[in-house]
This record gives sequence, structure tokens and C-alpha cells, in this order.
Amino acid sequence: MMLSDRDRDAVRKELEKLSGPVKLIVFSQELAAADLCRQNEQLVNEVAELSDKITVEVLNLAIDRERAEGYGIDQVPAIVVEGARNYGIRFLGIPSGYEFSNLLDSMMVASSGEPALSEATKASLSSLETDVEIKVFSTPT
Amino acid sequence: MRLAQHMAVASDRVTATAIEATEFPDMSRAYRVSAVPKIVINDRVQFEGALPEAQFLEAGLRAASASTAD
Repeated sequence: MMLSDRDRDAVRKELEKLSGPVKLIVFSQELAAADLCRQNEQLVNEVAELSDKITVEVLNLAIDRERAEGYGIDQVPAIVVEGARNYGIRFLGIPSGYEFSNLLDSMMVASSGEPALSEATKASLSSLETDVEIKVFSTPT
Repeated sequence: MRLAQHMAVASDRVTATAIEATEFPDMSRAYRVSAVPKIVINDRVQFEGALPEAQFLEAGLRAASASTAD
């Protein structure tokens, strides 16, 4: 178990706010990082059990290469958070600690498709003519 | 990561990748991660620590225009 009973109750409550379906696509590869990949899959499955709006698909980085490439994944463990479509939200490494709340938040925004940003920010972003790839490095604590 | 993932939903041009630094030491070294959160945009604009939305956006736009100049 990755989540304690108390965590599960809190997460279940949080997930009641999901406004639409969310798909978590998990990339694993036993040879690359067996333990981490197993823990990552376990965490995602435990979260998915807490809401019927969540579906999970587990893919293998070495076998499902085209899908991995399509999602921009080349390392494991990884999770892609998809709502009505793929918005380009990815987590590399097990999202624990602070990243776990970001995972939940990303599921909320992917399910609604409505980012909590100012109108000015949304207007600027909608006129982008080049790709903007944001990497956010963090640690579990 | 919160702002980044909301921006990813707001625009098809934007992607947001959260990286657990201790699980990916090679990548963290390559991007010289010494304090977290560290944000790297288009591999050219980088900063440490959380920024308010307007400044985060500005950093993103700066990275985008630098990428266009290539």
C-alpha cells in the first residue's frame, strides 16, 4: 500500500470534484527501474480505485514505443495525465509528497479542461506560435 | 508544477513535465539542479523557486521568443 487509510479518505473526497473522465497512462519498464515502476503503478492503481472517473492504462516503454514517442516519454517511471484529450501533462518519477498534490491538481484541471489562470494569461498563451516545454524539477519533501 | 500544468491545459503549444530529481540524477545533473523547484523552459530560460503567474508567463514567453529566433 502506498496510501494510508487516512490518505485514501482525503484523496477520495478530493476526487469527488473531478468533473469529467481522466485517464492516467503509466509507462514502465522492468529492466530500467523495476522497483520504482512497480511502486508507481501501485500508487496510480490505488488512486484510480478511489474514483470511477479514472481509468488507467499501463504501457511498456520498450514495447509501446510509438505511444511513448507520441506522449514525449523516454524515461520511466512516467505518468501522462489525460482529460478529454492529451494536454501534455507528464510526471517523471513517483509523484509523492508535494508532487502528489500536483498530480491530483493536474487530474482536476485535465478533467475540467478549464485552467485556473487569469484571462490575460490565457489570452497570451492562446497566441503562442512556438512550442513551450516546461520542466519542473522537484524532490519528494 | 501547478502553474505549468494549468498552462498546458490552456494551450496546445505548452507541455508540462514534473521530474522527480532524485530518481533522475543524470537529468538533474545535466540541468544543474541544485535547489528545487527548478523550472527549465525550452532548455533556455530557467529559474529556481515559485514565481507568481504573471512572471511565470513572462518567462515562458521569453523562452518562446528565444526559440523562434533560432
